[in-house]
Parts: sequence; C-alpha cells; structure tokens
Amino acid sequence: MSHPPHQQINRDLLRPLLQTSWRFYVLVALPAAMVLTGLISWLSQVTFGFGISGIRWPVYWGFYVTNFVFWIGISHAGTLISAILRLVNAGWRRPVTRCAEVITVFALMIGAMFPIIHLGRPWLAFWLFPYPSERLIWPNFRSPLVWDFFAINTYLTGSLLFLYLPIIPDFAVARDRATGLRRRIYGVLALGWRGTPKQWHRLETAMQIMAIAIIPVAVSVHTIVSFDFSMAPVPMWQTTIFGPYFVAGAIFSGIAALLLAMAALRRLLHLQAYLHPVHFENLGKLLLVMALLWGYFVFNERLVTYYGNEPAEMTVFWQTQRESYAPLYWTMVVCNFVLPLILMGIRRFRTITGCIIASIGVLIGMWLERFLIIVPSLGHKYLPYSFGTYRPQPVEMIITAATFAAMILLYALFSKVVPIISMWELKAGDHPPADLIPPATEEHPIGELRL
Amino acid sequence: MRALYGLYADGAAAQQAVNRLRAAGLTDGQITIMTAQPMEDFEFGHIDRKNRLWWVACGGGLLGMAAAFGLTWLTEMSWPIDVGGLPTYAWWPNLIIIFEMTMLGAILATVIGLVVTAGLGRRAGFYDPEVTDGSILVGVENPDPDKVKDLQAALESAPGGRIKTL
Repeated sequence: MSHPPHQQINRDLLRPLLQTSWRFYVLVALPAAMVLTGLISWLSQVTFGFGISGIRWPVYWGFYVTNFVFWIGISHAGTLISAILRLVNAGWRRPVTRCAEVITVFALMIGAMFPIIHLGRPWLAFWLFPYPSERLIWPNFRSPLVWDFFAINTYLTGSLLFLYLPIIPDFAVARDRATGLRRRIYGVLALGWRGTPKQWHRLETAMQIMAIAIIPVAVSVHTIVSFDFSMAPVPMWQTTIFGPYFVAGAIFSGIAALLLAMAALRRLLHLQAYLHPVHFENLGKLLLVMALLWGYFVFNERLVTYYGNEPAEMTVFWQTQRESYAPLYWTMVVCNFVLPLILMGIRRFRTITGCIIASIGVLIGMWLERFLIIVPSLGHKYLPYSFGTYRPQPVEMIITAATFAAMILLYALFSKVVPIISMWELKAGDHPPADLIPPATEEHPIGELRL
Repeated sequence: MRALYGLYADGAAAQQAVNRLRAAGLTDGQITIMTAQPMEDFEFGHIDRKNRLWWVACGGGLLGMAAAFGLTWLTEMSWPIDVGGLPTYAWWPNLIIIFEMTMLGAILATVIGLVVTAGLGRRAGFYDPEVTDGSILVGVENPDPDKVKDLQAALESAPGGRIKTL
C-alpha cells in the first residue's frame, strides 16, 4: 500500500496542528453548545433530584445505564482492534490504529461518567474507591460494581498509555516544526525523543507488551460489565452467554464507530491519500464477521430461553418479540444483522458510503440492544405486582445526546493537537527497494555494505 | 567539540557511514544514530536491540498481583462482611480484582521501564531537527580530538553525507 513521500506525510498530518480554519471553530462550537446543554441538564437533575428523570420503580436503570454499557462497548474499537492488528502485524493497520485508540480513551471517559450521572448524590461517588476511611467501611469486593471500578480504571490507564506511547515520536516531529509555546508543550510531551535505535527498540517492545496486556484487559472489562447483569436474579439476565455476547457486541459497535470516525476524518482533514478505500473494505469485512457473530449469540440466547419456557423469562421474551418492545427489537435486528449483512456481504456495496450507512445502523442497533437488555427485564420481574414501564424524560435524552456531542468535540480537539495518523508508523511501513538493502553477512544477518 | 555527525538521505549511505566509523575503531556504543522511523531493513537499525522490558513487565505484574492480594485479604479480614453466608475471603470474586491489578502492574512497569531504559524525560545528548524531516544522523558524541580527522573522513566517505559539528 503506497503512501506519500515522508516529507509530505509530515506536511499533511501536521497541517491541522499548525493551521486553523473557521470551519474548525464551527465544528467545535456546535457540539460544545450541546455538551453545555447536557451539563446544565445534569446540574438540574442534581438540584431537583431524580424525580425529573424517568427512572422510578421498578425500572431503576434506564438511559443512563444503557449509555454506560453502550459507551464502554464503543471503547473496544480502539485498543482491542489496534492491539490485535499490531500483534498480527497487519500492514494496513498503520493509518487506522491511532484513530481507533483515541475512540477508546474518549468513549471510556464518557462511559465511566454514567455511573456518576446515575447517582442521586454524585459527590459521594468516592465511596466506591477502595481506601480505608474513617467510616471503617470498605467497598464490598464481591460486588460487580466494584469490579467495574477496577476493570474500567485499569483499561482506561492502559488505553491512555497505549495511545500515548506511539505518539511520542510524532510529538518530536511536531516539536521540531512548532514555534513559541507550542514548541515547548510538544517538547515536554516528546520526553526528549531523539529516535536512536535503542529508543525505537524499547518503544516497539513496550508496544508489543502493551498490546498483549491490553487484549485480556479489554475482554475482561466488557465481561465484567456483563456481570452487572448476569449476577442479578432478573429474568433473561442470569445467563452464562452474557460475557462473550457483550464482548462480541462491544467489538461490533467499536468497529462501526471506528469506520464512522475514519470517514469523517478522511473528509474533514483531507486524508484521502492515507485512508484508502481498502481500509474501509477490510474493516467492513470485520464488521460483517461481527454481525454474523452477533446474530449467532442472539439466536443462542433466544432459542435457549424459548426452549427453557420459564414463565418469568417468557414474559420478557414475548415483550420483546411481539408486544410493546417488539418494534424496537426488530429495528435492532434489522440494524445489527440485516443491514450489515447486505451492505458488507455484497461486494458492490462494500464502499465507503456503504460502510458509513452500515455503521450508523450498527450504532443505532447496538444502543437499542443495550436498552432492550435492561428495560424490559427490569419492567417484568418475577412477580406481576412489580411490573412497570419506563418513559425517558427530556433530561435523560438531552444528557444522552450531549455524550455523542462530547465524543465529537473531544475527537475534534484531539485531532487539532495530535497527528491523528501515526506518522512514524506510516513511514516504517515503506521499505526501500531491494537493491538498496545491503546484502547479509555472517556478522550481520540483516545485511550491511561491504567495505 | 561536542559532536561530529553526518546527515544521510537513505539507509544504505547511513549503513556505510556506520561501517566506516567501526573501521575507524569505534564500538557500536560510541556511535550515535538517529532516524525518523525504525530502520528494520538495515543492520544499524538493530543495534542495541536486546532489552529486559519483558522481565520488567513480568515483575510489575507480580507486584500488582501481590498488591491486589494484600488489598483484598487485609480488607476483607479486617472488616469482614457477611454476604449470605459466603466465605469472608472468597477467591472467585477476588480473582477478578487480582487479575486487573496484575495487568495494571505489568502495564505501568512496562511504561516506567521504557522511560528509564530509553532515557526518556532526561536531557539527552545532541540532536538535529533534520532527523524528523527524514535525514538519518550518524555521528559521534564528544569525539576524541586526536581522532576527529579520521572520523570526519569516515563520515564523508559515505555517499551524500552532509557533515556537521557542534
């Protein structure tokens, strides 16, 4: 896969950092206004209490927990996909990995906010932290919520470092071209990088170790998020399939988010020379595989429940199949299975536009999936006296919309200060012509020029 | 003189410069090389390859594991909570916390190991910003004044080199 010459790579990818057009301010102002609206909504919820939201007995988990699971799922876009592609040394990964890793970090930050938004008294969130307090009460280590705390923090720390390490050489490039305060900031962030063979080897080894470490952490995070449900005695929740089902769904929605981010970056930052149709096609194939896997898990879950014929579970089952939640359920099936199957399965449709349409569908479908796991089950527990429904209120809708705006805002700001494609990895992917590589000798198996 | 170095446009020329410096009596440790990307196709790109980061990561993982075990054991034994008659210290749920902290320990140790062993965050030796433009720097830091002429000749003998001093 060919990329532009090295100096042009520097110019193209540093342009957004060193030049700012009015379009950028417009792009930032709109989501920033939405985020501000979300912040005001949340403050009003803190002030007036949960009464202004739709969360009430028996459905205590509504949009907020749906968003929590959704965003943690989206976070699997980056680090996991990037780590796998790094480990298998897929050459086409080079322009894609950083776009993906950024999604992970921001999606995790947004996702991790929701348990706090979901608290009536968010200033007491620190009670979850494992530290000896004057109350002499420690968190219950048997609770999946405490596992969430450990898993999400480990994943966030790991993902931040996994994102930062390969940026260090690119910060050095920015440092060498920037002036004034920017130069000093990039200089600090570059940590005195010089590009000696020793530094390159250490960095590459560190990235290998991080890639190996981050994959099981990523898998554990979403498995533990699934434990929030499967450890509870609620119909259709207590199932052993939830762990892998959640992980597969997370990777699925993560790939969709990555495709959308790549399409937006390609258009807005004029990166057509770097993000080729083949990148979309390859990720589109992955999306297709995950759509099939998602279909397999849903089929398993539904068939086993149906054959089990347990009354409480069947109540929830029929709610989603043909009663009040059926329109949402079948929309989810179309978005998550039918749409990607057609658009990504038929080669003619596996274009950038096809990928965008399929990805939007998958994101809608995966959000609905999280909602349909939570709300119908909580609204139809074992005894009919506890049946109820959930009607989301404006405050929840605004906060939900604000998180999507927050993602756009954070992504736009990040791509303004950091090269969104790893420059050194692109350059490392270009190998010199064979006649320029010195022949191998006994002392130096890689080859050297004979004197 | 703080440094004597040449800037080369391609890996083959840089490799020749490295070989000439070796022929002039320098060891690999005395030769400074800087590139804008890893140069896996050339022998000089494999200098100083060996490192112990894997062991550092394993050590960090073990530390994290020990810390998690200590945290869960001491906490649960000091402030026991009776949850439905389950054991006070239950392995299965604690394994999750132990796993997460093990991985966190490995990750943090890797990053600390990288920063320390790669000399990041410290005021390093000389540098030329042309490296990030694609030039390959081959040179000698604090060269022996008696050998400067030989070293300069060695660097100049490689094709296309631009020789600089600091």
